[in-house]
Amino acid sequence: MIRFEGVTKRYADASGTDRGDGSVAVDDLTLEAPTGKITVLVGPSGCGKTTTLRMVNRMITPTSGTISIDGRDTASLDVAELRRGIGYVIQHAGLFPHRTVLDNVTTVPRLLGTDKRTARTRAMELIERVGLDPAMAKRYPAQLSGGQQQRVGVARALAADPPVMLMDEPFSAVDPVVREQLQNEFLRLQSDLGKTILFVTHDIDEAVKLGDQVAVLRVGGVLAQLDSPAKLLADPVDDFVAGFVGRDRGYRALSFAAAPELSLADEPTVSLGASADDVRAVGTPWVLCVGAAGEPLGWVRAAAVESEVTRTVLHRGGTVASTTGSLRALLDAALSSPSGRGVVADDDGRLVGTIRAAEVIPAIEARRDAVASQAPAEEATAR
Amino acid sequence: MSLATIWAWFTDPANWQGTDGVPNRVLEHLLYTGLTLLIALVVAVPLGAWVGHSGRLRWLVTGANAARAIPTLGLLFAVSMFVGPLIQSDLAFVIPSITVLVLLAIPPLLSGTYAGIDSVEPAARDAARGMGMTGWQVLTKVEAPIALPLFLSGLRSATLQVIATATIAASVSLGGLGRYLIDGLASRDYVQMVCGSILVAVLALVADGLLALLEKRAVSPGISGRATRVARSRARNSDPHSEPDPDGADRSDPDSRQAAVVGSGSTGPVEATAATGTPSERDRP
Repeated sequence: MIRFEGVTKRYADASGTDRGDGSVAVDDLTLEAPTGKITVLVGPSGCGKTTTLRMVNRMITPTSGTISIDGRDTASLDVAELRRGIGYVIQHAGLFPHRTVLDNVTTVPRLLGTDKRTARTRAMELIERVGLDPAMAKRYPAQLSGGQQQRVGVARALAADPPVMLMDEPFSAVDPVVREQLQNEFLRLQSDLGKTILFVTHDIDEAVKLGDQVAVLRVGGVLAQLDSPAKLLADPVDDFVAGFVGRDRGYRALSFAAAPELSLADEPTVSLGASADDVRAVGTPWVLCVGAAGEPLGWVRAAAVESEVTRTVLHRGGTVASTTGSLRALLDAALSSPSGRGVVADDDGRLVGTIRAAEVIPAIEARRDAVASQAPAEEATAR
Repeated sequence: MSLATIWAWFTDPANWQGTDGVPNRVLEHLLYTGLTLLIALVVAVPLGAWVGHSGRLRWLVTGANAARAIPTLGLLFAVSMFVGPLIQSDLAFVIPSITVLVLLAIPPLLSGTYAGIDSVEPAARDAARGMGMTGWQVLTKVEAPIALPLFLSGLRSATLQVIATATIAASVSLGGLGRYLIDGLASRDYVQMVCGSILVAVLALVADGLLALLEKRAVSPGISGRATRVARSRARNSDPHSEPDPDGADRSDPDSRQAAVVGSGSTGPVEATAATGTPSERDRP
């Protein structure tokens, strides 16, 4: 657990004298990052989120207040020792260009005195674990893409198996596709490792996606709200948080609502290669096509089939929801389906049935009523 | 004068013996060069590293580069006239000569060291500190290896200049290969002058070659750009799984840096001496 108690960081004003009128980066922050959870600090530029993070490993010294890790005041520890016990991931990875990937990853274990062989064996495991080809171990950072460098950065931070990780906008310098990939793998990794993570980002979507709890900071380093992502979306405390959290909050909040058991309609299907007559025999304008294992492939417009169903005539606009997914995915499947019937599959990807948006809405309303009647509860997050 | 007379000079055993012989003169020349470089390194490396690390007093580097414009020979006479009367031994000539040469060697070493340390990415330095390296470890394990190619390029430039310029020591009655030039001029023995010049040039080239070899061995392939080139050709041929590189343009940096290093070092004494500006200025278009 990382605990901030009344932490303030004030920079001396331009004249260089600290008369108390210097700029305040972090203002009397009290916050707890619970063990084994991801706590995200989010806010606009100048909200002191990076300053807050960097005070934990004393890259920046607080003006007042204390920061403790598992009950130990960080100010009382030797600074190099403190930092070696904390995983540190930064925006541009900060890999050492003169060292191979492998030697980058072994940095902290080597500083701690682990022998080279042990350190390298462990490093190889981590390189694979973060989704890199083991052959990459011998490469130099300049030979890697931005996303690959960031994976190495994460592996390097994990190398000494620190209980606490500090991550400063680790995924913001890569393109959106790679970013999403990195985020998903990061969540998967965290579900195995259960580190205590303090994560800084300026991207509210990233915060809501990754955080077990999200701390929204406003300019001047004041904590505006600390809540679970679902609570944050559902109930922003003020206009600033509401504005920062952004549009489509109602819809996005459904991401955190697990799909209830709904009665799904059976959907007649055709296979690839089915003749035009087979398709028209179903009798609906749009017919669902499934693969050999029963996995939904796409919708076919009956009128458009000339001789038989091929992959090229499939309409792929519809999303597929999972029976164990979220209400948001369920609603989106219905809304995106050309037939108006949202495709629902089980965890193995096999078609279970379809559902209409009009049938999802009552489930959403029922959930709202249930939540309102209880004390404000923490919803199970469905990712 | 023909090639034959030059050949005759070089093959005359008399020119290879005694105080005036080639081995002794080369040794003296190397002694001046070595002593000069040693003193210049002691002054320039810590200073350059500090300026690069702290980002303060950058004008020192610019100022030192501007000082290259001072005519060496004039400075030598000025210092000799000033120091000469104060000292009653051979040192009266050695000290001014070495001083002048040190002043010549400092600018390339200073700017090479500064630019090298300055070229360390702030993110790498931040990560090094954040992972728990001490200040000394950051310097020796991260900053120094990354700074090495630009530092070595400065060292090569300084070595070439000092070897070429150490001939002036002879003009204040000291030894070294400059003797052949001064004595040859005095006695109108032009063959001796040409042979002396050849020796200086060969010495400079050999020294530069050795440093180039050192550079190749000591600099990490991750920085020199060798590794990047291999990766590029490999990426073109196969590796369809590699992610698109959004920062591709930035990644070519090590290559351009290597180009700057090669360009400033291996072009021979004349161009190396003429090269002005810090490596970092040339490095960053």
